Amino acid sequence: MNAQPEPVLAVRNLRAYIGTPRGAVRAVDDVSLHVGRAQALGVVGESGSGKSVMARAIMGLLPPRSACSGEVLFKGRDLLTLPRKERQEIWGKQIAMVFQDPGRSLNPVVRIERQLTEGMRKHLGIGKSEAHGRAVDLLREVGVPDPERRLRNYPHELSGGMRQRVMIATALACEPDLLIADEPTTALDVTVQRQILDLLRRVQRDRGMAMMLISHDLAVVAGRTDRVAVMYAGRLAETGTTRAIFAAPRHRYTHALLDATPSLDHQRHAPMRVIPGSLPDPTSPPPGCRFAPRCAHTTDACVDPGPRMTSADGVAAGMDHLIACVNPVAAPAAADGAAPASVGAGASPNTGLAKGGDLVGR
Amino acid sequence: MVLTVLQRLGRSVLVVLLVALGSVLLLSLAPGSAASVILGENATPEMIDELNKELGLDRPIWSQYLHWLADAVTGDFGTSPITHQPVTDAIIERLPVTIELAVLALAFSLFVAVILAIISASLAGTWVDRAITGLSSVFLSVPAFVAGPVLVYYGAVQLGWFPVTGWNRISEGLGPNLQSAILPVLAISLTEIASFHRLLRTDLVATLREDFVGAARAKGMGRGYVMLRHALRPSSFSLITLVGINLGRLIGGTVIVEALFTLPGLGQLVVSSINSRDVITVQGVVVFVAIVYVVVNMLVDLSYGWLDPRTRKVARA
Ligand SMILES: Nc1ncnc2c1ncn2[C@@H]1O[C@H](COP(=O)(O)OP(=O)(O)OP(=O)(O)O)[C@@H](O)[C@H]1O
Ligand SMILES: [Mg+2]
Repeated sequence: MNAQPEPVLAVRNLRAYIGTPRGAVRAVDDVSLHVGRAQALGVVGESGSGKSVMARAIMGLLPPRSACSGEVLFKGRDLLTLPRKERQEIWGKQIAMVFQDPGRSLNPVVRIERQLTEGMRKHLGIGKSEAHGRAVDLLREVGVPDPERRLRNYPHELSGGMRQRVMIATALACEPDLLIADEPTTALDVTVQRQILDLLRRVQRDRGMAMMLISHDLAVVAGRTDRVAVMYAGRLAETGTTRAIFAAPRHRYTHALLDATPSLDHQRHAPMRVIPGSLPDPTSPPPGCRFAPRCAHTTDACVDPGPRMTSADGVAAGMDHLIACVNPVAAPAAADGAAPASVGAGASPNTGLAKGGDLVGR
Repeated sequence: MVLTVLQRLGRSVLVVLLVALGSVLLLSLAPGSAASVILGENATPEMIDELNKELGLDRPIWSQYLHWLADAVTGDFGTSPITHQPVTDAIIERLPVTIELAVLALAFSLFVAVILAIISASLAGTWVDRAITGLSSVFLSVPAFVAGPVLVYYGAVQLGWFPVTGWNRISEGLGPNLQSAILPVLAISLTEIASFHRLLRTDLVATLREDFVGAARAKGMGRGYVMLRHALRPSSFSLITLVGINLGRLIGGTVIVEALFTLPGLGQLVVSSINSRDVITVQGVVVFVAIVYVVVNMLVDLSYGWLDPRTRKVARA
């Protein structure tokens, strides 16, 4: 997977500033990342780090009064400059999105059937009865019992978990090449969360689809993604294979985040540790590394000149594991340390996670 | 469900009765009486007393009211002592004019307001939106008695397209009928358009921020489709309420506009009956309007169920 074919999605130097009365919120500030074909990328970061704004920028859903620059290359075409008509042929058909709160992302006054089928009727040009048949199949695929009846329902007649399954079915309707799931389970009961996450991973693999799974929780992406991108305050902190990052996080922020993530064995005993401090003011972020004010390892160089995105293991080892950290966590000993680059090359999406595995149990 | 309907009906009847009582009391406070109006200025107090007795107006107010009520429940609103016309007939005679005015004005206002609201909500914050919203605040503060004469001046006097005053019944042909309706309808509509536009624009802007609108866009649906199929309906709850209130109000008589254009509608009937102390007619019209009000409000409530499936569930439960 290192000899990369063209990725499905390549975000390059994306900036998304949102105008507010207090000044421009630099929600996404020079982020570059990519999602390969049939690959699952986890995007992780604390609340407010700009994950949703990035997803919205990709989907053309930024609020009015926001400015966007950089490139969002979908199969080589830049969604930021493509004419609206052509973009509308990509959204919903080739890129689909599942939102955070299924209670709010379904129209309360429209029956499930219309919401589920309107996209495919537009993009695939199929008639009502064909769309109905497909909708029934899709609902079955995502585990909605009695789909015929559900199609006639309104959203409020469904439970939260069922609604999110409907949203996933809707997203899958046109067989997209990329699915963006923005915290698809934060609004759901804990018991349902895991089912939905596993469902997402299953359909992603079954269909050979690429997926961007956004979460503030590292444990959520741990067993369900191939690669991870860690965001902090609108910037990318670290990106690499999920396995490498969970085995040996190099960026100080990732390290702290991982420390604060309860794993299965800690969950019941230790109180959850949190990273002290909070995100900087998004309208005037600090110079240099934005994590520096909260970091225990800050030096002058962190502020000036500040970090640049570099290979975590030296350029020779490849550019798959990148960090933006001046004083990274020391690379682990050779046995483990060679892992990021070589595992990256050999890892199929099915590779289990050595250390990440025990984090899944949330 | 049955219980709530009964409760509602009970409440509605109570409202109508109170409205009738209120109108009787108000008129009894005003100086003069029907008898003095009928007999003219030269009548002696004895003559007036005698006529009052004949008309049953010498009894105490509550007794008059109860007698009237007993007849009213059978559908008999009494006969005007002044014109000797049964009140029901008088209402039926005037009703078509008022209903036509009200319905035309509301339909036209809604049509224009919805289009304007869609335009300004989808361009919220731009100069187009600000221009439309500014215009609508201006019209909101222009009362019909100002708009009416201006419209008459330009539409009737200057251009000569429409009659200055008067009313052509539908029986005289649809063309002449509409011609005489256009200026009054416009005079009524200006403020209606403005208030509908304001309300719907605000609700639309809020709806457009909802996640489900983003989700529809993320499906690649076009802007027009999202606006009409997803945003408009959940944004129209308060608009429907306002339309209901205004429909009731307009049926109650667009008194000023009817007076301005000398239209033979309910408003004129009320005004002339008040002037002649024709309590029976006033009472009849007021009760009729109250009934219309109540019925329209029920229809509005029913429409919520159609607009918002969530309220259906509550009603069933
Ligand atoms: N519509 C908006 N108007 C103004 N500021 C916004 C808007 N949406 C997001 N922001 C700001 O942009 C920054 C990034 O927000 P974003 O929603 O992308 O965070 P997130 O990483 O998705 O967090 P969460 O985990 O809470 O979803 C925050 O500072 C937020 O306040
Ligand atoms: Mg978010």
